[in-house]
Amino acid sequence: MNNGDQPAIPRIWVLIEQQEQQVHPVSWELLGAARRLAADLPGSIVEAVLPGYQVESLAAQVFRYGAERVYLIDESVLAPYRNLPYAVAVSQLVITYQPEIFLIGATTRGRDLAGAIATRVGTGLTADCTELAIDPAGKILAATRPTFGGNLMATILCRRHRPQMATVRPRVLPMPAPLDTGPGDLVRVPFAMCEDDVPVKRLRLIRAEERPNIEYADVIVAGGRGVGGPEGFVLLEELALALGGMVGASRPVVDAGWIDPGHQIGQTGKTVRPKLYIAAGISGAVQHRVGMSGAGVILAINSDPHAPIFQIADLGIVGDLFDVIPEMIRQVKGYSDARQAQL
Amino acid sequence: MHAIVAIKQVPDTSNVRIDPETGTLIREGVPAIINPYDIHAVEAAVQLKEQFGGRVTVITMGPPKAAEALIECIEQGADRAILLTDRKFGGADTLATSYVLAHAIEALNAEWPADIILFGKQAIDGDTAQVGPGVAVRLQIPLITYAIAIESFDPVARTAVVHRRIEQGVEVLQTRLPVLLTVEKEIAPVRRAPLPRMITAARYQPEVWTAETPVAFDPRQIGLKGSPTVVGKAYTPAPRAGGAIVTVADCGVEAAVARALEVMGILDTVRSSVAASAGVEVA
Ligand SMILES: Cc1cc2nc3c(=O)[nH]c(=O)nc-3n(C[C@H](O)[C@H](O)[C@H](O)COP(=O)(O)OP(=O)(O)OC[C@H]3O[C@@H](n4cnc5c(N)ncnc54)[C@H](O)[C@@H]3O)c2cc1C
Repeated sequence: MNNGDQPAIPRIWVLIEQQEQQVHPVSWELLGAARRLAADLPGSIVEAVLPGYQVESLAAQVFRYGAERVYLIDESVLAPYRNLPYAVAVSQLVITYQPEIFLIGATTRGRDLAGAIATRVGTGLTADCTELAIDPAGKILAATRPTFGGNLMATILCRRHRPQMATVRPRVLPMPAPLDTGPGDLVRVPFAMCEDDVPVKRLRLIRAEERPNIEYADVIVAGGRGVGGPEGFVLLEELALALGGMVGASRPVVDAGWIDPGHQIGQTGKTVRPKLYIAAGISGAVQHRVGMSGAGVILAINSDPHAPIFQIADLGIVGDLFDVIPEMIRQVKGYSDARQAQL
Repeated sequence: MHAIVAIKQVPDTSNVRIDPETGTLIREGVPAIINPYDIHAVEAAVQLKEQFGGRVTVITMGPPKAAEALIECIEQGADRAILLTDRKFGGADTLATSYVLAHAIEALNAEWPADIILFGKQAIDGDTAQVGPGVAVRLQIPLITYAIAIESFDPVARTAVVHRRIEQGVEVLQTRLPVLLTVEKEIAPVRRAPLPRMITAARYQPEVWTAETPVAFDPRQIGLKGSPTVVGKAYTPAPRAGGAIVTVADCGVEAAVARALEVMGILDTVRSSVAASAGVEVA
C-alpha cells in the first residue's frame, strides 16, 4: 500500500519475462522505454525484476539493455509459470522498494500477472499502452492507449498511487540496441513459498507446432477478404517466400478459417513492425490498422480506389490483386534469379 | 454446484463512427451488446449445471440498461441475475470494478459458496483483461486466464482440470476449487435458447443492488474515488499520411508493379535476402 512519502530515488522498473531461459524481446523494448522515461524524470534509475528458476545467467543481458540493478527471484516454485507464486513474489518486492513506475509486457503471461500485482498492491494499471511519456507538469507517467476498438486514444494518469503500472504489447515500442556496459548491481531476493501452497499444478504442455513469429518479421505480406479463399493465401505465401517474409491476415479471413489465427494482425491479433508491409485485399479498418501502422513502409493493393487502407499506405496500387501479386512474384523472382547468377 | 458469471454490456465497437467534421467519436446510437466472450462464459457455466445440477448466477456492474444483457443470460440458461447499479459506482477503473464485483460475489458466497467463477477473457470496449485477475486476488482463489476447455470438473473432490491457451501451445492445469477462469470463445459454443427459456427470460427482472443495499460497499473503494487512474485526455488518433497511388487500369500491371518495387525499395530487401542465403555481405 501507499504510505504517502516519496521514495528517495524514483525507480523505473521493468518485469523481465523469460520462458525456458529465453527472455521475451518485449522485455528489451520496455527497458528501452524505461531509459527514455528516466531521461525525463530527474534522478531516476532503471531497474529490472527477474523472476524464474535457474535464470541468473540472464541477468548479464538485462544489464546490457540498460538496467542498473536486477532483482533476481530464483526459486523452484517459479519453474512453471503460475499466477500465484509470481504475483506474490513480485508484489512483495514492489511493496519493499516502492518503485515509481512499473512496466510489464502485454503478453499472455504479462496480462495474467499485471492485473494481479496491481490489485495486490492497490494501484492503477493501464493496459496495452502505445505511448509512454513523462507528463512535464506533474512528472508522472502519461500512458496513452487506444480504446473503443482503436477509435479513440486516451492518456491515462495515476496521480497518487504507486507504482504507476502499464503494460505494452510486443512490437509496439522499438527494439533498442544493447549497450556496451558492464554488469550492474545484482540483488538476490529470497522468496519462501512451497509447492504445497500453490493451488494450480501444470500437468502438461501441449506444444503448438513451432509457429513463425510474425511479430518480429521484417517483411509481411498480409491478405484480407479480397484474397477470396484459402487458395489465395497460397499466392501470398509465394510472394512472402520470395521476399524472405511471412504471411499476415485480417480478422475475417481468420474467422473464416482461411488461415491460422497466429497470422492475425490488429487489435485482437498481433502488432507488427516490419520494414515492409504489403496489404492485399484488406480494406484498412481501424482495428486492423492499429496492428500495422508502425510498419516502415506500407504498400496497399486494392481494387477499390476509396479503400481506407490507401489513406495510410506509402504507395497504393489500385487493381486486382490476382493480377498484381503474380506479376510481383514474377518480377521479384526474375530479379533474385539474376542476382543469384551474379554471385 | 454454484457457478457465478460476471458479464459486461459493451458498445458494439464495430459500429463506432467518427464524426468527420469534428474528428470525435459518435457515441449516440451505438448499439449495446453483451461482451462477446462473456456469453461463452455463461454457456460454459450452464453446461456445468446441466452435468452437476445447481445454479448459475450472473452479475454485472453497469447502468440500468445493462439489465438487457442480464436477461440475455437468463435466456441462455442462467437462473439468477444481479445488476449492480448506482451513480456512486460510476467512473470506476479496473481496480474499483474488481472491488465491487468481488464484494458482491462474497455476499453471494455467503448464501451458497461458488465452485467456479467465470469471466470473459476481456471486454471489447476496454480490452484491459484486468478485472478477472483482480477479482481472483481479492477473493484469494486460484486464477486461470485464457481458458479454452474444462477437461474435468469434480465438485466433490473439489478439483478441476482446465486447458489454457498460451503462446507456446496449450497448458493443461489442475486446480483446486473454487477457481476463477477468464475464458476464450472456445470454452463452449453458444447454443440457441429453447422457447421456454425465452419465455422465462421475458418475464425475468434482475435483482438490483445499489452501493448501500442489500450489501454495503466501502464508499472509498468504489466509483471515481476508488479509482487510482484517471483519463487525462482523449483524442482521435492522427492517421499516418497516405502516399502516391498507381492505377493498374491506367499504366498496366507490369509498370505498376515495377514502380511499386522501385519506390518501396523492395528489391533491396530481395538483394540482401539473396545475399544472406548465399553468405555474402551486401555492400
Ligand atoms: C472488437 C473488434 C476487434 C477487431 N479486431 C480485428 C483485428 O485484430 N484485425 C483485423 O484485421 N480486423 C479486426 N476487426 C475487424 C475489422 O473491423 C474489419 O472488419 C476487418 O479488418 C476487415 O477485414 P478485411 O479488410 O479483410 O475485409 P473487408 O473490409 O471486407 O475488405 C476487403 C477488401 O478487399 C478488397 N478486394 C476485394 N477483392 C479484391 C481483389 N480481387 N483485388 C484487390 N482487392 C480486393 C475490397 O475492395 C476491400 O477493400 C475487429 C473488429 C472488432 C469489432
